[in-house]
Amino acid sequence: MSYQGKFRVWRGDDSGGGLEDFTVEVNEGEVVLDIIHRLQATQAPDLAVRWNCKAGKCGSCSAEVNGRPRLLCMTRMSIFEEAETITVTPMRTFPIIRDLVTDVSFNYTKAREVPSFQPPKDLAPGEYRMQQVDVERSQEFRKCIECFLCQNTCHVVRDHEENKEAFSGPRFLMRVAELEMHPLDTADRVDQAQDDHGLGYCNITKCCSEVCPEHIHITDNALIPMKERVADRKYDPIVWLGNKLFRRS
Amino acid sequence: MPELERHSFDVLVIGAGGAGLRAAIEAREHGLRTAVLCKSLFGKAHTVMAEGGIAAAMGNVNSSDSWQVHFRDTMRGGKFLNNWRMAELHAQEAPQRVWELETYGALFDRTKDGRISQRNFGGHEYPRLAHVGDRTGLELIRTLQQKIVSLQQEDFKETGDYEHRLRVFQEFTVTDLVKDGDRIAGAFGYWRESGRFVLFEAPAVILATGGIGKSFKVTSNSWEYTGDGHALALRAGASLINMEFIQFHPTGMVWPPSVKGILVTESVRGDGGVLRNSDGKRFMFDYIPEVFKDKYADNEEEADRWYTDQAGNRRPPELLPRDEVARAINSEVKEGRGSPHGGVFLDVSTRLPAEEIRRRLPSMHHQFKELADVDITAQPMEVGPTCHYVMGGVEVDPDTGSSSVPGLYAAGEVSGGMHGSNRLGGNSLSDLLVFGRRAGAGAAEYVRGLSDRPAIAEEAVTEARATALKPFQQEGGENPYTLHMELQQSMNDLVGIIRRAEEMDEALQRLEKLKERARSLSVEGHQQFNPGWHLALDLRNMLLVSECVARAALLRTESRGGHTRDDHPSMDAEWRRKLLVCAVSGDGVEVVEKPQIPIRSDLLDLFDRSELEKYLTAEELA
Ligand SMILES: Cc1cc2nc3c(=O)[nH]c(=O)nc-3n(C[C@H](O)[C@H](O)[C@H](O)COP(=O)(O)OP(=O)(O)OC[C@H]3O[C@@H](n4cnc5c(N)ncnc54)[C@H](O)[C@@H]3O)c2cc1C
Ligand code: SF4
Ligand code: SF4
Ligand code: FES
Repeated sequence: MSYQGKFRVWRGDDSGGGLEDFTVEVNEGEVVLDIIHRLQATQAPDLAVRWNCKAGKCGSCSAEVNGRPRLLCMTRMSIFEEAETITVTPMRTFPIIRDLVTDVSFNYTKAREVPSFQPPKDLAPGEYRMQQVDVERSQEFRKCIECFLCQNTCHVVRDHEENKEAFSGPRFLMRVAELEMHPLDTADRVDQAQDDHGLGYCNITKCCSEVCPEHIHITDNALIPMKERVADRKYDPIVWLGNKLFRRS
Repeated sequence: MPELERHSFDVLVIGAGGAGLRAAIEAREHGLRTAVLCKSLFGKAHTVMAEGGIAAAMGNVNSSDSWQVHFRDTMRGGKFLNNWRMAELHAQEAPQRVWELETYGALFDRTKDGRISQRNFGGHEYPRLAHVGDRTGLELIRTLQQKIVSLQQEDFKETGDYEHRLRVFQEFTVTDLVKDGDRIAGAFGYWRESGRFVLFEAPAVILATGGIGKSFKVTSNSWEYTGDGHALALRAGASLINMEFIQFHPTGMVWPPSVKGILVTESVRGDGGVLRNSDGKRFMFDYIPEVFKDKYADNEEEADRWYTDQAGNRRPPELLPRDEVARAINSEVKEGRGSPHGGVFLDVSTRLPAEEIRRRLPSMHHQFKELADVDITAQPMEVGPTCHYVMGGVEVDPDTGSSSVPGLYAAGEVSGGMHGSNRLGGNSLSDLLVFGRRAGAGAAEYVRGLSDRPAIAEEAVTEARATALKPFQQEGGENPYTLHMELQQSMNDLVGIIRRAEEMDEALQRLEKLKERARSLSVEGHQQFNPGWHLALDLRNMLLVSECVARAALLRTESRGGHTRDDHPSMDAEWRRKLLVCAVSGDGVEVVEKPQIPIRSDLLDLFDRSELEKYLTAEELA
């Protein structure tokens, strides 16, 4: 059941690098991250890769396998042919640190630019009451494990360094939507999404949703509804006010 | 030598899991300049993996719940070895800490009347675990992370600098603590990315580094769990207690081999899942220990009724404390009634409709589908014990989290005492918040009370640097990966779930040899993001901590909670009164007995005398 698999792994750092060929044992049930670990233990002890949970929960091990953005720990070897050469490269949208590790600080910068949850002043801790149906919308977005694969994929910033300043990317536009749909958040987030986070750059191609390992409907459930709210706002601010004031109890 | 990067803070928090983040928030809210250091990216600490929930007696689902009941359950779960003051504070404060998370923006699952929903878990008398599906840890860590960001935003508004009072140093590993005389003066470590060294000057350090599971072969823990905080504390002169108690979670994945050990949340059982052996028998009915007979159903009918009527029925034995369930699975497998890959069957598919399983256990459904080709709505899972949690840790003052070294604090999994000999599920996440906050406040108060700041001697820095660089200077020495694998195998086989004196003796001999070989570790390449080098440095900690576990386990000649001796199978009330304390001695560790602090009488009064008789000596009861 074991076989010798062929791999090409990108090695190098910010000054340059290239694909290196390896032949390495593959066993039944393994994922790509297992192979990378085997390379570390047997052939390339200084091969750099991020990982933590090995169960698709922490979002550390993002990379590209045969050009497709994926979590290394959730990519089963069984989806490939034994004879196939598997190419593993770092995420393309972020600067390289070394080998498969990229500098994802862009995302932390953007996270910091989203104004935080603004709790209602009249409720003490323990007094929050929310219905399950009302929290479910934001809960879907809070499943995000911050793997940043959507950020890596979105064409607005992939190969478009110049847009990074104005565009927060699907992950953080979704964070704005999450707060906007939080039943008890008191801030107005619609204009922010458009003006501060570049919602207008998104042309709803859904590429982000396709790569999300948590299967979050980023485009359908977060981005499009935000765009609708922005559009509504343009001619009917009363609608928005009403929605916010008469929240369900 | 390149210029050393230096920073100065009031409070240094090592670890960005639940405990570290909550401690940092508290220290910052006390107005102190605080830094958080962590080995992974911000938001990826182990806490993110917690699934089932966070225990707090809010009484939202069953109003009979109260802190007293939670306290009782915690003491029972820990077989009365717990530090009672910690268990008391924990039970009293957990609800406030959970409600506080809502004010930070957390969105827990709700009850019908809009409050936080609570679920059943092993050892908890009432539904008590606040949760978000089976990704509670993610919610907890993201919420705290976002609270940190919100504090940084406040500071930005005020000063124009996000990091004015609270700064996160991610992908940074601390290798040594630095002292000025008796007291803490700072910490030394390296950026994982560049390998460059950094010195932090700080009068107070809070350890929140989590556990030690990576010393074992089959574990639910990630690479981060190399016992760094435990070892840093030891080397700084603090003591560890209860290191013999390791929790083997009963349900880890057993197949395929590459995922062996990955956790299957206890919520599967809390929500109705049952354990069966290869004969199809629900075997847990055969393993209800004497002390729990009045609380657990001895037949399937009653057990099944309990899910809908808890007042009139006893609980299903699948929900016994983890140590009991893990041992039961172990014996079923040993006696040849295991599943094809050496576990037992955990089945929820015949117990709940498929839709309900997908809603309540989404990440388990996903995990099995993606990693094992098993659809848990249609098939049983195969599960077996996995090394999960260390009850032992830094001996601390319950109220402030202070260790015996002035300026050194600990909270979360790295601290010891709270859980006694066995932790109940859900009691860790609440522990992180309750004692993270207390340690943050304790450290703040300590710093405020200082008349002068400690100073760091240059020799200490030179030494820390030399230790860290040593693996590069030796050529042709031992490979860290090989050594690590041998250590894991030894601990798993010889100091694992069932223990014997001869085996532990052998483990100690092997550890001696490994320690010897570890002196000549060598690594290739350079300092920049070099996992081989990182492992070489972590090994020093794993070896020290493993020695604590093995020595303490050898000394404790009884079985209790997460310590099972084949050669001393029963629990001994005399041993309940003793703690085993580990401290550094030479290049190894020394373990000594210390009397346990007697339980305060009003807390003892919360129990029936008949129950206390199972745990306490006649002398204590008199
Ligand atoms: C799969 C799984 C599921 C679980 N489910 C539950 C549950 O449902 N309920 C529950 O209550 N408990 C659960 N637990 C247990 C609980 O998650 C952990 O005990 C808890 O999260 C530990 O938190 P912590 O804050 O102490 O440490 P962690 O969250 O582990 O954080 C440790 C931090 O310390 C840092 N660190 C360590 N060493 C160094 C160093 N040398 N230098 C710098 N930084 C360092 C790490 O990078 C990390 O940031 C679960 C555990 C696992 C593994
Ligand atoms: S839907 Fe919008 S955010 Fe997502 S990939 Fe397309 S353009 Fe980017
Ligand atoms: S939204 Fe999905 S793809 Fe994007 S960071 Fe979160 S989990 Fe990853
Ligand atoms: S290692 Fe955590 S998501 Fe892959």
